[in-house]
Amino acid sequence: MSVIEQQGTTVPEPALPLVRPRRRRSPASWAGRVVGGILVLALVVYMIGPLAWLSLRAFSGLWQFPQFVPHDWTIKWWRSVFDDQLLLHSMKLSFIFAPVVTVVSAAICLPAAYAFSRLTFPGRRVFLISLFAANAFPKFGLYITMAGLFYYLHLMSTFLGVVFVQLIGTVVFMTWIPTAAFSSVPRSLEEAARDVGAGPLRVFFRVTFPLAAPGIFVAMILAFLASFDEAQGTFLVGVPTYITMPTEMYTLVLNYPEQAAAVFSLLLAVPSVILMTLVRKHVMGGKLAEGFQIR
Amino acid sequence: MSIDIPNAGLRIDRVSKDLGGRRIVSDLDLEVRAGELTCLLGPSGCGKTTTLRMIGGFLYPDAGRILIDGEDVSGLPPERRPTSMVFQNYALWPHMSVFKNVAFGLRLRKLPKAEIRVRVEQMLELVGLSHHIDSFPARISGGEQQRVALARALVLEPKVLLLDEPLSNLDAKLRVRVREEIREIQQRIGITTVFVTHDQDEALSISDRIAVMSGGNVEQYADARSLYREPATTFVASFVGTMNVYRGRVVPGGVELGDGVHVPCAELSSHDTGEFEIGVRPEDVHVVADGDGEGAEATVLREVPRGHYKELVLGLGGEEIRAFVPADLPPSDRFRIRFARALLYRDDVLHRSQTTAVA
Repeated sequence: MSVIEQQGTTVPEPALPLVRPRRRRSPASWAGRVVGGILVLALVVYMIGPLAWLSLRAFSGLWQFPQFVPHDWTIKWWRSVFDDQLLLHSMKLSFIFAPVVTVVSAAICLPAAYAFSRLTFPGRRVFLISLFAANAFPKFGLYITMAGLFYYLHLMSTFLGVVFVQLIGTVVFMTWIPTAAFSSVPRSLEEAARDVGAGPLRVFFRVTFPLAAPGIFVAMILAFLASFDEAQGTFLVGVPTYITMPTEMYTLVLNYPEQAAAVFSLLLAVPSVILMTLVRKHVMGGKLAEGFQIR
Repeated sequence: MSIDIPNAGLRIDRVSKDLGGRRIVSDLDLEVRAGELTCLLGPSGCGKTTTLRMIGGFLYPDAGRILIDGEDVSGLPPERRPTSMVFQNYALWPHMSVFKNVAFGLRLRKLPKAEIRVRVEQMLELVGLSHHIDSFPARISGGEQQRVALARALVLEPKVLLLDEPLSNLDAKLRVRVREEIREIQQRIGITTVFVTHDQDEALSISDRIAVMSGGNVEQYADARSLYREPATTFVASFVGTMNVYRGRVVPGGVELGDGVHVPCAELSSHDTGEFEIGVRPEDVHVVADGDGEGAEATVLREVPRGHYKELVLGLGGEEIRAFVPADLPPSDRFRIRFARALLYRDDVLHRSQTTAVA
């Protein structure tokens, strides 16, 4: 390190947390910052751009091509969406299905996650990986096959059928993330609770569950959003009785003015934005990443 | 049936345990008297932690019994045993404050709130942590976490306290201080304690008795002094402290090592003659001054300063021998040495004089 300093070069020493003397920024590093800035800006436009455009669209009256912003503003598209009984009904349906699917998914997957985390049984690893199969093949093929089965079981166009088909998309992370969350609770913490007199159930509710809760919470949010956004399977199984918001989008894009579709898209995005903001801390904290590092 | 020791704190009666198809603990017998601190000392894989976990109820013995105060607890789960454990990584619950950590066990016992408060405060005072009563475990130092774990274990007034390498996560200086604190508290309340460690220094300095374990069984169970002075097997001899071990023969006035080197020795554990394994502590290797009788010629290979003494690595015939000598011994290329004391082993077991053995 000292040799490098004496030569006055700007070679950085990696991985050594020593105090480095202040250096003047070289032209190369300025260029680096500019390129970095442009990339960040591009990313922001890529992510925020469509939403911004949708927002403009949703409030626009007359908007012709060369103009950068709409000619005049209106909220009539919002009114028309909220006045439309069909659309309103689909919103209601979506907000019924998503919580139901989340709860059912949790009821099925959380015990499985606990078992994957705490027990060793033959085929544990195979089972864990095989959950990924639902995401490994084109979904629509899977749904068509399911539809065949559902006709036979009289589940087509039923509430239960829609719940089943939406569950498919939630199983992987509803199992993996809580498995990692349970695994990250050291066994010695549970043993210590047994040691001071807590029975197995009390240990679970007083120690294991509170410590795994953030991971479980993230998984439930993701399940809620997956169910809320699921269109293909719901369309195939649910029509004509159960038309949720995303399935309604198909009709909307074809049959309604563009602005109404924009309003509807925005409404569809609202829960995602709110919920993701809510769990930002936990997702950033690596709970999501942990799910993919189960041993 | 073996005899019941009156007031026996803890008795392990011919306990065996297999884990993963391997015998970890094999036909183990151990008895810890009430109020006594016993160390289970041994290398990793010797079965000491498994033994401790069986006492705590985290593992059940495949054979044998564990008795606490004369009562068989072998089949009880941890929550129903009168034992408390301090875990290696402390295992404090991160979502509870220090107060709640210590109070948890009392709450499960449905004690009145006011009494819980008093007992937790008393206990935290005992371990010197009253000022951290509302802190969370992540906010206090390793040594403090250690003492919270101890308080959490002691507040339930267990009959037996179990400590699983409780000092291994502390740095060297703190380790010495905390182990003395643990010993001091243990003696003050007079609790029967089993302490697992692989650190012989730790074991020698705080135990009433030490059980040196190897291969799932107790090699020797004795107090620190006899363990060091009279290790019963070559394993104990080399595991506790440093020991020079050679093949050789006992001859009149001393021992003869492999290459026919004759070393005078004043005190032998046996006067039988013949082939033995000969064990000599480095401090029992004495340098013979000129004109102070006979000694074997040894050359100095290395000299290691150790502070108040120095360690010499000597060449003696074809063998190397370690000696602790005073720091002020003038340096030299060669010394004449004799053994002040030597232990004789046959088939890895300490060989005592026939007369002593019969007596």
